[in-house]
Amino acid sequence: MHSVALLAQAGGNDLFSNFLAFTILGIVSAAIYAIAASGLVVTYTTSGIFNFAHGAIGMMGAFTYWQLAVKWKWPTLLAIAVVLLVIAPAFGWLIDRVIMRGLEGTSEVTKIVVTIGLTFGLIALAPVIWSPRENRKVQPLFAGNKFELGSVSITYHQIVIIVVALAVAVGLRLLLYKTRPGVSMRAVVDSRSLVQLNGGRPNRSSALSWALGCSLAALAGILIADRLGLEVLSLTFLVINAYAAAIVGRLVSLPLTYLGALILGLVENYAVGYLPTNPQFLTDRDIDLTTTLRIAIPVIMLFIVLLILPHAPLRAHGLQRSREGVEKPTWAWALVGFGAFIVATATVTLFLSDKNVVSWSKALVFALIMLSLVPLTGFGGQISLAQMTFAGIGAVTMAKVGGESGNLLGIVLAILIAAAVGALVALPALRLRGIYLALATLAFAFFMDKVVFSQKAVFENGSLSVGRPPFLENDRVFMVFIAVVFSVVGIVVVWLRLGPFGRRLQAMKDSPAACATLGLNLTVTKLQVFMLSAGIAGLGGAMFGMLQKTATPTNFEALSSLPILLMAVAGGVSMVSGALLGGLLYGSFPVISEAIPALSSLLLVAPGLIGISLGRNPNGAANEIGTTVRQAIDKRRGRIEHDKEPSKFRAPMEPHLEVETLGIDRGFGPEDLALIDEVVRLDEEVVASGPP
Amino acid sequence: MGGSIASYPTGPRGNGSGNGSGALQSDGRQVIPDQPQPPSTPLLELRGVRASYGRIEVLHGVDLAVPAGSVVALLGPNGAGKTTTLSVCSGMMPPTAGGVYIAGRRVNGAKPDQLARAGVCTIPEGRGIFPNLTVRENLQMMTYAGVSLSHIEEAAFTRFPRLTDRRTQVAGTMSGGEQQMLAMARVLATDPALMLLDELSMGLAPLVVEELYGIVAQIASSGISILVVEQFARTVLGVADVAAIMLHGRVVKVGHPKALEKDLSAAYLGADGI
Repeated sequence: MHSVALLAQAGGNDLFSNFLAFTILGIVSAAIYAIAASGLVVTYTTSGIFNFAHGAIGMMGAFTYWQLAVKWKWPTLLAIAVVLLVIAPAFGWLIDRVIMRGLEGTSEVTKIVVTIGLTFGLIALAPVIWSPRENRKVQPLFAGNKFELGSVSITYHQIVIIVVALAVAVGLRLLLYKTRPGVSMRAVVDSRSLVQLNGGRPNRSSALSWALGCSLAALAGILIADRLGLEVLSLTFLVINAYAAAIVGRLVSLPLTYLGALILGLVENYAVGYLPTNPQFLTDRDIDLTTTLRIAIPVIMLFIVLLILPHAPLRAHGLQRSREGVEKPTWAWALVGFGAFIVATATVTLFLSDKNVVSWSKALVFALIMLSLVPLTGFGGQISLAQMTFAGIGAVTMAKVGGESGNLLGIVLAILIAAAVGALVALPALRLRGIYLALATLAFAFFMDKVVFSQKAVFENGSLSVGRPPFLENDRVFMVFIAVVFSVVGIVVVWLRLGPFGRRLQAMKDSPAACATLGLNLTVTKLQVFMLSAGIAGLGGAMFGMLQKTATPTNFEALSSLPILLMAVAGGVSMVSGALLGGLLYGSFPVISEAIPALSSLLLVAPGLIGISLGRNPNGAANEIGTTVRQAIDKRRGRIEHDKEPSKFRAPMEPHLEVETLGIDRGFGPEDLALIDEVVRLDEEVVASGPP
Repeated sequence: MGGSIASYPTGPRGNGSGNGSGALQSDGRQVIPDQPQPPSTPLLELRGVRASYGRIEVLHGVDLAVPAGSVVALLGPNGAGKTTTLSVCSGMMPPTAGGVYIAGRRVNGAKPDQLARAGVCTIPEGRGIFPNLTVRENLQMMTYAGVSLSHIEEAAFTRFPRLTDRRTQVAGTMSGGEQQMLAMARVLATDPALMLLDELSMGLAPLVVEELYGIVAQIASSGISILVVEQFARTVLGVADVAAIMLHGRVVKVGHPKALEKDLSAAYLGADGI
């Protein structure tokens, strides 16, 4: 890596110069993290939305910079200026305008899902614009020139990074606390309407904050691009590292964020130099902890910081008027539905080609994994970004226990082990809510991805074979089997929803504060639902492995949990049918792009686009369909009572004239005042008798 | 300072006819009243205003007028539509029918920030301040009305010396009374033409309420027209020139505060016949 090269220049074994080199590199990393994290903090403090897409935006910024500076050979400074001052702010303005404005009155889940959708969309979009086949490189600033400091050489590029980070810190401090636009950006978070009543323009403030956030993301992306190379994922995840720094500042404090960035940068680079090599007994078992842990330091730090973060107090006025809410399931509908689903699947298998049977089976498996989100996210309002990780645990268990003949005991163990790991994750994270819980699960997913799934001991040579029991060897039979498993789990989920556990979950989602006043212990409920969810995901993973007959780590990497959440929410995460719809939709993309190759790049971006569109219809497609069907049936049965006919909706009136010209204003001269006083000094009688 | 109202339903506005004595506005315009209206034109008037939340209509034709330079108290029980009426006046909620007139001009559907910059100062229910900003930053937000920060600070700190020591304190950590003072400072400092005040007394000790209404009286004496909504506090009747009682989305009675006082209990107890 880069540090090794620098070490060589530093001249070998001199302890002090080694230490100095690592320190300088640590500070440079810290500076990049600080810039990226400050952008996150700015958007969060000024819009109340945690922008998951921050990294992806930084990645787009770096690519755009490459396009201008390298491809089109613009002067470096001009290219940087255009990206930071024109393109990135314009993109931020667009995000605010098109996506974020639609998010008022939606739940935190929806807000998070929308930015995740944006992340996913951008990650998928970048290779469409910039083909991954081309080799791209960005030179460091000043052509990588350096100077010597003692025995260590430092590039001017690194100096620029540090100076920029400091300038950003000072600049943001001044902007947010000393200028009116900055104060206004923070005021919007407190009360949008009060800003208006003060005469401010809140829309302008939030557009400005998104523009600023995007600029800072692009800045971080450009400054790191020479080191990380122009690679979509590594650039995007740079900012996931920055999450840890931002969380140290609890997403609001810039100085603490910088401190967090400094700790992260130094620890990361000292780990390169001073982490002991793997002990013998680990290498004997094909386990490599040193390298993997080093890569995972940012997510480990993120997890730890989340855990020791002080409690956020319960907010009583958290109950807002929400656009969200779906009807409770009924037994009649559920049983008829599941029966019809199994029959339909069995019928369909007769007509599908061999290849399509596998494709659609995969869709059903995805639906099963999405079903794991229904109790957790749909009922309980908690977000997990680690469902594919639990699925991975299930798949590995099935492979190791089930063996060649696919012993069904493996499925049972897959559920139990995934649930147990779920409990292990949930236990420390129990007091976290909303965005913090989502980040903790994300950190867990990355940890498993980098440290556990990458071990030879787990996935042997990069893939495990998973067996099926003899009676399921036929793909068509297996597809029906998946449908049956889905239905059984679905019935359990519906049963839970209609029982006391479902009520507790719903209460937890609606108002944690009210639950606390009722003496409801949410800790146990949360733990239970997390275990349930992880168990279902583990089951889904086992089925996934059995379907493909192999399991590879790439199936279960951290990123793959994002489309699962996106599509589940798009289908309707509060309903079992929503999970099914989401799974089928997600599974249909590869089928469609196979059939119509022209659409393939669009379909790659599709989960992102769907996620973004959720701001408009947060309840998902299944609810929309269900409501329509129910209304149609009710209408036919004449159930809609006439006295319940809603009164005619009247549109609010449009502005009549430009008010700026009203003329009620201040600052008249004394003569005018006298004149006006005469005009407005009302007769006592007129006042007493009131208006005409 | 004077609550200066220029109302011209006709004739040119903005660039005025200029007799030399018209002060230059902050934006460079000169505003001179050329055709004074008859004194009866109210500064704020609602004519048959209807408003609804979705399909549920809550205002069924509200008629109300705030004569220039006077204090009108809008009273009524919970759910009568008082706050909605105020929201319509401040532009937060567009009416579905009827007309909102400010200084004789129909302003239906005008944006609240436009109205605020034009001289309508609304202090919403439950402290019109930003709890997470410092006192000074709160004052800075008031400069959107077109007044300089130094002027606002001077006005606020002269009238409320207690705020001086708290200028760097986060506003949400102050006492309820201090927060309400900070909110009232907006009126004192920006010198609007019309003040809309919602439930000033909410959650405050009677003594503090009395003190705050003292300030309202003082603001009124400087010529600013005031529409104040209250549910319980009878203190407001001592300040008001006109009182109106609202019930079920309509203004049912308007009159002299003293004359209305006895009707109030009946209104709150649900007698529809007043």
